[in-house]
Amino acid sequence: MSKINLTIDGQTIEAKSDQSILEAAREIGIDIPYLCYHPDLSLHGACRVCVVEDLESGRLLASCATPVGDGMKISTRSMKARKARRKNVELLLANHPNDCLGCDRNRHCELQDITYKLGIQKEDVEKYEGDRRELPLNTVGPALKRDPNKCILCGRCVRICEEIQGVSALQFTQRGFDSIVTTAFDLPQAEINCANCGQCATVCPVGALTEMSEIEKVWSALEDDKKHVVVQTAPSIQATIGEEFGMDAGTVVTGQLVAALHRIGFDKVFSTDFAADLTILEEGNEFLKRLKGNKKLPHITSCCPGWVKYAEHNFPDLLNHLSTAKSPMQMFSALSKTYYSQQSGIDAEDIYTVAVMPCTAKKFEKDRDEINASRFKDTDAVLTTRELARMIKEIGIDFNSLPDEEFDELMGESSGAGTIFGTTGGVTEAAVRTVKEKLTGEPLERLNLGFRGINSAELEIGDRKIKVGIANGLANAEKLLNKVRAGESDYDFIEIMACPHGCVGGGGQPRPATNEKKDKRAAGLSNIDVSNEIRKSHENPQIIKLYEEFLGEPLSGESHHLLHTKYKARPKN
Amino acid sequence: MAEIKEEKLEKYLTPVRKILERYEKKEHYLIPVLQEAQEEYGYLPEEVLKEVASGLDLSLSQVYGVVTFYSQFHQEPRGKNIIRVCMGTACHVRGGDKVLEALKDELNVDSGETTEDLKFTLESVACVGACGLAPVMMVNDNTHGRLTPEKIPEILAKYS
Repeated sequence: MSKINLTIDGQTIEAKSDQSILEAAREIGIDIPYLCYHPDLSLHGACRVCVVEDLESGRLLASCATPVGDGMKISTRSMKARKARRKNVELLLANHPNDCLGCDRNRHCELQDITYKLGIQKEDVEKYEGDRRELPLNTVGPALKRDPNKCILCGRCVRICEEIQGVSALQFTQRGFDSIVTTAFDLPQAEINCANCGQCATVCPVGALTEMSEIEKVWSALEDDKKHVVVQTAPSIQATIGEEFGMDAGTVVTGQLVAALHRIGFDKVFSTDFAADLTILEEGNEFLKRLKGNKKLPHITSCCPGWVKYAEHNFPDLLNHLSTAKSPMQMFSALSKTYYSQQSGIDAEDIYTVAVMPCTAKKFEKDRDEINASRFKDTDAVLTTRELARMIKEIGIDFNSLPDEEFDELMGESSGAGTIFGTTGGVTEAAVRTVKEKLTGEPLERLNLGFRGINSAELEIGDRKIKVGIANGLANAEKLLNKVRAGESDYDFIEIMACPHGCVGGGGQPRPATNEKKDKRAAGLSNIDVSNEIRKSHENPQIIKLYEEFLGEPLSGESHHLLHTKYKARPKN
Repeated sequence: MAEIKEEKLEKYLTPVRKILERYEKKEHYLIPVLQEAQEEYGYLPEEVLKEVASGLDLSLSQVYGVVTFYSQFHQEPRGKNIIRVCMGTACHVRGGDKVLEALKDELNVDSGETTEDLKFTLESVACVGACGLAPVMMVNDNTHGRLTPEKIPEILAKYS
């Protein structure tokens, strides 16, 4: 890779020869608008919104897909470039519902934003008399909904599903004017190999792909005097929801988050981090048992519902390696209607459990058949980070000026180990901390694993060497597990998170999201761990109390009934 | 009951499996595999597409995307005889649309559809390259030229 010189809008600059015009322009503070481009995905060059003019030849170039060249003279703002860009956006709008008022992405829509910046008016769009798509919405859920009429065919969802997730549940189908992005035979995402991870929804520039909203359900429960509504918030939320209120990625707002939930009217505000500590005790002990007996190794984590469904479709032969421990959300929910009911004297039937999750797959997980351990539906509603932010905004809470408040007693305390569940590598680090101390009595030095891709580490626990492997993004998981399947790996413990970076990069997190942002979120979460006084799950006093007063010990009969689950093989296609 | 169904499906899928055996498990063989499977089954039913997807290590959506993109692939059963009515310029000028209308009436199907008895599939095409015979239609590999709506029943009778 060499350096070259080119001129962009009159400024002569040095650029790397493998950069695109769009990237080089951005480095000198010129933001060329785009819709199909995404920094973490392959190039598509379909929307032609990023066109610029090559002043030598007068040609229009897609700046996202054109590499810089030595001596190039580019104008991003010539009349010709601006007219072409404007026309291209107008034509997209000519086959778009343009009902921003009722759209989930209103005020957060990349198409709307560009339309505003280019000054396109209603009459500019209405002059086109062509056909418009009028296709049925896919709202069968339970995790995601699709509106093909809003889709601008940028292909970001198709690319992330294929390139980062290796799933390819979404594809371009039909041709020409009839082209739409859909699943095979338009089947609901729950019925096909889709993991419900929602990565498609995080990159969609418009309102074509989004979560199935449960906001109204939750408001109704809060309004119902007979219901005692408890809420749990997943570890990653405290490091991401701030973005919805204008804060930098990775800003930790735990206290304000709790305060907002109290003000919304939840009767108890608890923390999924608490249940993550519980997962560690159950899963850690399960791993310990397997390690001692040298059975079912590698032990593979099961707290990510996107990964679990993916495994059921693609690695049914490895399902017995998955931990039987439920995810922290489901552990918490089962306890909310048993342990909490007993301790508070509130009838389980009257308890309504809401989970605030970074995740769309959690909406699918809560409806799994095998998951209602408390005799009731364990989790009643799942809200994504985005949905919760919307509720906070709806009732006019000024999030930024809220005082810090504490999680409620009984199921609110957590260790740093529970908190880092929200990022890749966190579950491993948390589990190994507890396992090592149990076996040797010695504390664990930090593993400090990277946030991206596949990572591995070896550590000594007593006289035994343990090899851990961590993958985030399902395409990475596939690579790692193919080695396990082929008998070429010597891992003892494998952690898989469906979303890149783990939950901080989840399908329910604030949009837009890039790898750069996710790095910051992950770092924010790790800082909570470092500053936490309790850093090991087994030292969490509320967890100790829970075992003493209710569960007995890890892997006991009661634990097994409430906190463990099973999986089922599903067809690959 | 379920087992019998399973057995039947196994038998039904044998031809497509045989086709797949002859190809490496690579994405770029998708189109030839689909062409051969269509030749074998007459169309591409869902179960066959699932088998193709697994056989080439693709997702069903990827296969579905390709099948719906190319007009050569069909997801519905096709008639024993395929009628292609030319809608090219020369045929259009000489009343090709009237010929198509007559076929629709006679067969009681729309363009692109197949008769209930699976005897005929009716399609309109852009040009069959026999403009001198306009208006023209092809039934399977036979060309019928200088058509008038009145000639249609007689021609169809030859194929029923």
